[in-house]
Amino acid sequence: MKTNDVIIQFTAKIVFFIIFFFSIHIFLAGHYTPGGGFVGGLLTSSAIVLLIITFDINTVRHILPINYTYFTAGGLLLALATAAFPMFVGKPFFTHFFDYFDLPLLGKQSLHTAMLFDTGVYLVVVGVTMTIIQTIGEDE
Amino acid sequence: MPIVAALFVPLFYKRMKHIHTGWFVLAVPATLAIIYATYIAQVAKGEVFTAELPWIPSLDISVISYLDGLSLLFSLLITGIGSLVVLYSIFYLDKHKEKLHNFYVYLLLFMSAMLGVVQSDHLITLYFFWELTSISSFLLIGYWYTRDASRLGALKSMLITVGGGLMMLGGFVLLYLMGGTFSIRELITMAPNLAEHPLFTWSLLLLLLGAFTKSAQFPFYIWLPDAMEAPTPVSAYLHSATMVKAGIYLVARFTPIFAASELWVWLVTGVGILTLFWGSFFAVKQTDLKGILAFSTVSQLGLIMSLLGASAVAFHSNDSIDTIKYAAFAAIFHLINHATFKGSLFMIAGIVDHETGTRDIRKLGGLMSIMPISFTVAAIGSLSMAGLPPFNGFLSKEMFLTAMLALQNFEFFGFDTWGALFPIIAWIASIFTFIYSFYFVARTFMGNYKPEQLPHQPHEAPIGMLISPILLATCVIVIFFVPNFIGDTFVKPAVQAIQPFLYTTPQDVDIYVSAWHGHITPELLMTVGIIIVGVLLFVTLPKWQGLYRRFPQAFTLNNAYNKIMQGLDVGLNRLSQRFMTESMRHYLLYMFSGITIIVIGSLFLKDAFRIAWQETSPIRPYELILAVVLVIGTAIVILAKSRLTAIIGLGAVGYTVALFFVIFNAPDLALTQLVIETISVALFLMAFYHLPKLGKREERMKFQLNRAIISIAVGIMVTLVALSAHSQKLIPSISKYYEETVYSLAGGGNIVNVILVDYRGFDTLFEITVLGIAGMGILAMIKLRMNRKEKIHENK
Repeated sequence: MKTNDVIIQFTAKIVFFIIFFFSIHIFLAGHYTPGGGFVGGLLTSSAIVLLIITFDINTVRHILPINYTYFTAGGLLLALATAAFPMFVGKPFFTHFFDYFDLPLLGKQSLHTAMLFDTGVYLVVVGVTMTIIQTIGEDE
Repeated sequence: MPIVAALFVPLFYKRMKHIHTGWFVLAVPATLAIIYATYIAQVAKGEVFTAELPWIPSLDISVISYLDGLSLLFSLLITGIGSLVVLYSIFYLDKHKEKLHNFYVYLLLFMSAMLGVVQSDHLITLYFFWELTSISSFLLIGYWYTRDASRLGALKSMLITVGGGLMMLGGFVLLYLMGGTFSIRELITMAPNLAEHPLFTWSLLLLLLGAFTKSAQFPFYIWLPDAMEAPTPVSAYLHSATMVKAGIYLVARFTPIFAASELWVWLVTGVGILTLFWGSFFAVKQTDLKGILAFSTVSQLGLIMSLLGASAVAFHSNDSIDTIKYAAFAAIFHLINHATFKGSLFMIAGIVDHETGTRDIRKLGGLMSIMPISFTVAAIGSLSMAGLPPFNGFLSKEMFLTAMLALQNFEFFGFDTWGALFPIIAWIASIFTFIYSFYFVARTFMGNYKPEQLPHQPHEAPIGMLISPILLATCVIVIFFVPNFIGDTFVKPAVQAIQPFLYTTPQDVDIYVSAWHGHITPELLMTVGIIIVGVLLFVTLPKWQGLYRRFPQAFTLNNAYNKIMQGLDVGLNRLSQRFMTESMRHYLLYMFSGITIIVIGSLFLKDAFRIAWQETSPIRPYELILAVVLVIGTAIVILAKSRLTAIIGLGAVGYTVALFFVIFNAPDLALTQLVIETISVALFLMAFYHLPKLGKREERMKFQLNRAIISIAVGIMVTLVALSAHSQKLIPSISKYYEETVYSLAGGGNIVNVILVDYRGFDTLFEITVLGIAGMGILAMIKLRMNRKEKIHENK
């Protein structure tokens, strides 16, 4: 039976971006307000899940041609590299640096290496969640 | 040195196939024997030699070599008989059919271990070498490892001797605790103080267990007859001359320490005399040549052991009765004699086996004219074993009877009442010894020749194989004629080492051995009696040998051993089957009840439980409401009939917890909890949807009392622990530091996140690793399972 779910598909297209930007916001704001890499990652993947539910796995894979295991691996690598970097400049493992910079577009902002680590967390969470859901979803 | 040589044996074996490897090996014990022989003169004067090699200095463990009369005697026996056995084995073992490299490596290993045992002054190294003898003997008994009997015999001897060895280690440790030193010499000097120590008796018992198992004393002798599956050179060397005397050595060595104890005297003497009787009694029953010799070895070891026990009596008698001094002398003297005649007898048994193809005494007979030299040697050995003149066994048996007779003259330890038993048992045992000695020779070499029953056409052995038994038999006779030379050079220093409290130098041992004392002594009369009764019984042997068959098999010690082993096997299997049910629920039951008992028990035993109300905050109404919701959700999960209800109940619990996080001001946790709860409920639903149709029944969870009790107990335990942990905070929380430095040091405002990525980023790093592993795991499980399905299809 072919159902016509035009409303949900239309809504999903908009809601996806809302959730996605909200997740990015939560992720970036994590250092000062509630949020961070973990919740951000989960929200991003829930946005993708919304797409999967609305359309189907193959369509979503066509739209977002991503191998999520690379996400996991890349995230782990990034986190480890951030943690290991201070060792090369004579600081203990996992020392973070931060300072304030005047960036061209955004003005005066603080940049923190913890952010890089959090990006690693974000990538791993997205990767793992999507791997799990995709694998189970494809399984007959 | 033999250990080093052992390393090179396989090399010789591989490189020089055409020469029998034994020739290279022979050089080792022969050289050692000559080296030891150079010490004889000095040791006979009472000198001792020591050498020390630190091994683990921080633990006060070192290899201390100590050469006095006793160890020199044993070293000479080991190397001397070792050389003869190697010579014999060169002709006994075929160089093409046998794995000679294995044999000689094991043999040299054993030889080194044995030398280590007799020369160690250090308890731990003594134990080390002791176990090395057990292991190398295990390897030698199992030399023909394709035979079942060999493996069984090896296993049995291993279990018994190693069990005894471990007991002995316990005894050694106790000795160290008492004396504070590992050195035997130092322990001997403080012997009088040790006797008062509460651990004294325990160490004595443990040590004796080690000695008795090794020396095949009652009731641990059962491994020795089964060890006869070893090649005959091994039996001759290990199970007559050396290893079984390690226990004798141990008893002799520790006599100065323990002789003060009544228990020691009674145990050593009693067990020895019992073994003597038991072994000689059952030797007559055997039909296997080596079986007879094995039981005879057991009985002779019992004889030596009982003499050593009697020698400890001399510690207590104030020179009033001189005859008891004979005991130690007789023990050592008989030890030498036994090594000579039993070694030659084993070699003869091996020759008979080798030339006729059987060791069964019922098939043998009438070999006298075919193997005259073997017969002569066997006759000499047997007559000496029986204790007849003009062989050395006569002298030692006379002294043995003297010592046993002397025992009843003492008026302490109950010897005045029970002492009379000793000479009587000894006398009866000697009669049986006489019988089996004759039985051994007569059934093999006399009587009717039965060629049709023999696998091979018998003929005299090659001369090379005969050299060693002939040399040993010569010793048997020579020792009879010059006993005092042997006594002065070897026995007296050893006696002085056993009884340092009686003699300060070997020359003080004023014992003169003579075959004829010039007048008729009681022991001479006893010997005459032995011969008369023995001959009578031997002649009538076929008439009463049926008696042994009446002796029920169920009461033998072998049977007991088998029953114990089987019982252990079956019992432990049953035990593990009882508990290893392969049911996860049972294991969880064990774990939870174990944890609960331990935690609640320690909570109350240590008096750690307490509740402090003053630090608790007031309960707000919505907390109460949420708690009630939580409880209802939990109850739904437990009581739900449908699984769907349970899943939704679980989801409700999860969201309530998120709400709790909200009201307890944990926004990050609340966010995460909400999302995670959603995902896990979705996964649950998926699992629910995929349940197999078959056997899917919507049922309420069955109530089981024991599970309910354990769950309630676990709940109570966690509550109690949480309450008391909250009530006694020993150190203040470190969260103040985070609050103060979160902006200045870490440049952030969200404490939770800063802790996660900065202060304690390490944990986060591995948590995301865990996540990654979980993802990969799910991927692997699902994808690989599909692959396997495909493979099964392919196979079909």
